[in-house]
Amino acid sequence: MAAPKSRPRDGYPGRALALILVVTVGLVALMFGTGHKTPRLGIDLAGGTSITLTASSQDKAAINQANMNTAVGIIQKRVNAFGVSEAEVQTQGSDNIIVDIPKGTNSQQAAQQVGTTAKLYFRPVLAEAPSGVTLPPASPSAKPSTSGSASPSASGSASASAGGSASPSTGASAAGSPSGSPGSASPSASKAGKALSEGLLAADPSGTPSAGASGSPSASASGSPSAAQSSLPPVPTTPPVPTSPADISAALTQGTPPPDLAQQFAALDCSDPTQRKDYQGVDPTKNTVACSYDKEAGATGSGWYKFALGPVAVNGSDVSKAAAGFDTQHASGWQVQLTFNDAGSKAFATTTGALATQQSPANQFAIVLDGKVVSHPYVSQSISGNAVISGNFSQDDANNLANVLSFGALPLSFNQSNMTTVSPQLGGDQLHAGLLAGAIGLALVVLYSLIYYRGLGLVSIAGLVVSSILTYTIMCLLGAGIGFALNLPAVCGAIVAIGITADSFIVYFERIRDEVREGAQLRPAVQRAWPRARRTILVSDFVSLLCAVVLYICSVGKVQGFAFTLGLTTVLDVVVIFLFTKPLITLLARRKFFANGHPWSGLDPKRLGARPPVRGGRRRPATSAAVKEA
Amino acid sequence: MSRFSNLGHRLYQGEVSFDFVGRRKLWYSISAAIALAAVIGLTTVGLHLGIEFKGGSVYTIKKPGLTISQAQDSVDKIVGDSTPQVQATGDGQIRIQVSAGEKTPSNEVVQKLSSDLSVSQENINTEVVGPSWGQQVSQQALTGLVIFLILVTAYLAIAFEWRMALAALVALIHDLVITIGVYALVGFEVSPGTVIGFLTILGYSLYDTVVVFDTVKENTKGLEKQNKLTYSEAANAGLNQTLVRSINTTVVALLPVAALLFIGGGLLGAGTLNDISLALFIGLSAGAYSSICVATPLLAQLKEQAPDMRALAKRVALRRAADAKAAAKAAEDGTALDDADDESAEGPEDSVPVGMVGQRNQPVSRARGKGRPSGKH
Repeated sequence: MAAPKSRPRDGYPGRALALILVVTVGLVALMFGTGHKTPRLGIDLAGGTSITLTASSQDKAAINQANMNTAVGIIQKRVNAFGVSEAEVQTQGSDNIIVDIPKGTNSQQAAQQVGTTAKLYFRPVLAEAPSGVTLPPASPSAKPSTSGSASPSASGSASASAGGSASPSTGASAAGSPSGSPGSASPSASKAGKALSEGLLAADPSGTPSAGASGSPSASASGSPSAAQSSLPPVPTTPPVPTSPADISAALTQGTPPPDLAQQFAALDCSDPTQRKDYQGVDPTKNTVACSYDKEAGATGSGWYKFALGPVAVNGSDVSKAAAGFDTQHASGWQVQLTFNDAGSKAFATTTGALATQQSPANQFAIVLDGKVVSHPYVSQSISGNAVISGNFSQDDANNLANVLSFGALPLSFNQSNMTTVSPQLGGDQLHAGLLAGAIGLALVVLYSLIYYRGLGLVSIAGLVVSSILTYTIMCLLGAGIGFALNLPAVCGAIVAIGITADSFIVYFERIRDEVREGAQLRPAVQRAWPRARRTILVSDFVSLLCAVVLYICSVGKVQGFAFTLGLTTVLDVVVIFLFTKPLITLLARRKFFANGHPWSGLDPKRLGARPPVRGGRRRPATSAAVKEA
Repeated sequence: MSRFSNLGHRLYQGEVSFDFVGRRKLWYSISAAIALAAVIGLTTVGLHLGIEFKGGSVYTIKKPGLTISQAQDSVDKIVGDSTPQVQATGDGQIRIQVSAGEKTPSNEVVQKLSSDLSVSQENINTEVVGPSWGQQVSQQALTGLVIFLILVTAYLAIAFEWRMALAALVALIHDLVITIGVYALVGFEVSPGTVIGFLTILGYSLYDTVVVFDTVKENTKGLEKQNKLTYSEAANAGLNQTLVRSINTTVVALLPVAALLFIGGGLLGAGTLNDISLALFIGLSAGAYSSICVATPLLAQLKEQAPDMRALAKRVALRRAADAKAAAKAAEDGTALDDADDESAEGPEDSVPVGMVGQRNQPVSRARGKGRPSGKH
């Protein structure tokens, strides 16, 4: 069986070696040719911000591939709108979107925006009230209304019992000035600072709310907006001091919450963070409640308001364009100009038309973002086409709102489940530590192989080198090709894979040595050991690969990087052992140094305790195994 | 080193042999004790879950000379209470954990920390985690675990046989329990990185077991054709032959992981590198132990229950008894008897089902002696 003439049995090791050499050189050439000489680094190594958004919907079927892809498109546009270049948005698993924003000046801000924006609706206001306020003692301290109008808060007993002086804020009156459409100017200007008009949608959240916030409940006893317009002088009456926030809310409620919401509306306390959530649910055709925060009012009171809202009138996805701009004409500050698409224009026109005929507060239009009312302007006439939202915006506020509006409503709502920001410097430190650990790990394995396997150790080193080159080039090319990014767990996987690769060599070497121990000559030993070693290697690599694939499919974020590297290196391990190690050993077995079992070859028959070659008899020593113990 | 090589040789030749299989009760007790400790640790102490599982934010500040109390003061002021946890990570970095209940937005915290401690924002890393994130990660990990276990058991059952699949599965669960138990008892923090580590242990532990089983399978091929060795003995012999290989593969796998753990982790302090490598280090060690001391003895035990292996065990016992008798006789009257013919009459009721399995490949003379009740080894 150890016939030296068995050349075909040796196979053609030269061919296999040539093949892998060509492949390796080809890959390296491709890497240099395309200029992708380093792997793309993940956020945790290169620095930047990585956000994981998890889709949530009460309707599980809504979380599907199509909706996720739409969401990715929208988020991509949003992120790019922040001027972040090379931001990467991709789905991961069935319900996650990963947003990677490379290091950049405003990546933090972009992260916040991307992570917190989801659904945008325009809904009619049914009722509103301050929420969770602890009012300062009622003092009609507010300055008399410059615009001559009390807050057009109106309805019935509520406002009557809570009489006080209204105080539109200065910002409110400024915002009330129309810009660009004179026709609509006067009615809106007479309102307490909030108006929605053609070409002008004046939103000053501090308008109506300021009444409550300043501690002076609305004075208007009349339920009609026209009465409110008629410059009622504030009547300072002493309101009964409410004892609890709930009482205050009830007392200051404007409008009548619909019966199905009455209880929920009364119970809602927006000053309690746990209650401040998205109540919009899945069905946009239903009434709902929402919270709103008013910065200015927040300075004196709690600043929180609650709203009862009607069904969605216009969907945020119908906004085709929104831009922030400075209102130079009236110096009313930053505002957001809106353009609707056809459907949006129609719906908007219809709804504003209907709202304009309503009485306060039901003539307000709430812009609800993620369940929170960001703006609730008054409407005085039907508006189609363009609109402007103005208010107490800073430039940033206006820009952010414009971004949110432009890039529409997402088909799903998302929770920001994870956000990591890594500075480039710290990321670099991580990378260095990982590489250093890898280098030391590699050195230790090399050292161990050399000491234990001597000459054969060189083969394993060569194998590890080939494996490393292949892994590195493939990672570089995959980075360019499919956007594979090397993150920290991936580095970890690569380091762990050194062990896997070396394991395969050991399995083969030990098999060869077993054969030599049995008394076989080296060349036949190498051939005979191969099928058995091959099976072990394939079986165990298959288990590794299975693990990697399952991990990759059933995981998100960092785990995927790890699984990917593990899988890649396992496949490469098989390639290297078949096309490199085995042929190389076959060739080496022909050399005297190894064939004669030089003491430094690692295959010294004497050292291995080989029996004198007994042809035809492969004795199993196992017979005595059970007898002795050590 | 040469002595170690020599040991390899002697192990291979059977000159030195460790009776792993025979001492299974010892291994089982050791494993049971560790597993019990692990379970007790899990139920009483519980896992120390990282912020990723509870939600909150982590800020890592790099600034030489920054003390924990400075950082604590600063962050307490920012969030308005003293709940944030501040730790040094051993490499000059300060790690601040703020729980999910705090409402200060993370970018505000970063800005304030940066100005308070005069650190550039470049040197502050932030991680904000929603409370459901860890749950999601572990949920997925669990799904992955179950799918992997099903697939790999099916694979092993096909590639080897169901007993090997079962034994490998038990060894795998054993490794996981021990690793998680160590985490509970020692109080290492469990992060998603640790979960990755746990999952990788699956692959590795099985890798080890598969290598050993492969040899055992080969060693026990055609075992029923002879009557010198029981399955347990053959399995043990296989185990001893691969012992050096098992040790080498484990050492080689542990070396890079150790480098990661001590160098990567040591340089950077707490972090992903440390989390993964620590879990791997514990899991790999447990995996090496379990593939030798749990998986194979269990396999042997299962195999010995199989009818053909029971028959084999009896035959072996018979043969040994016969050999002993023959030897005794030979010593007495100097003539060597060929086989244990006189035993054939015993235990006919056993021999029917047993014989059906065993007989096919047996020379007639060999099949005779089976079925002796006392022959169970």
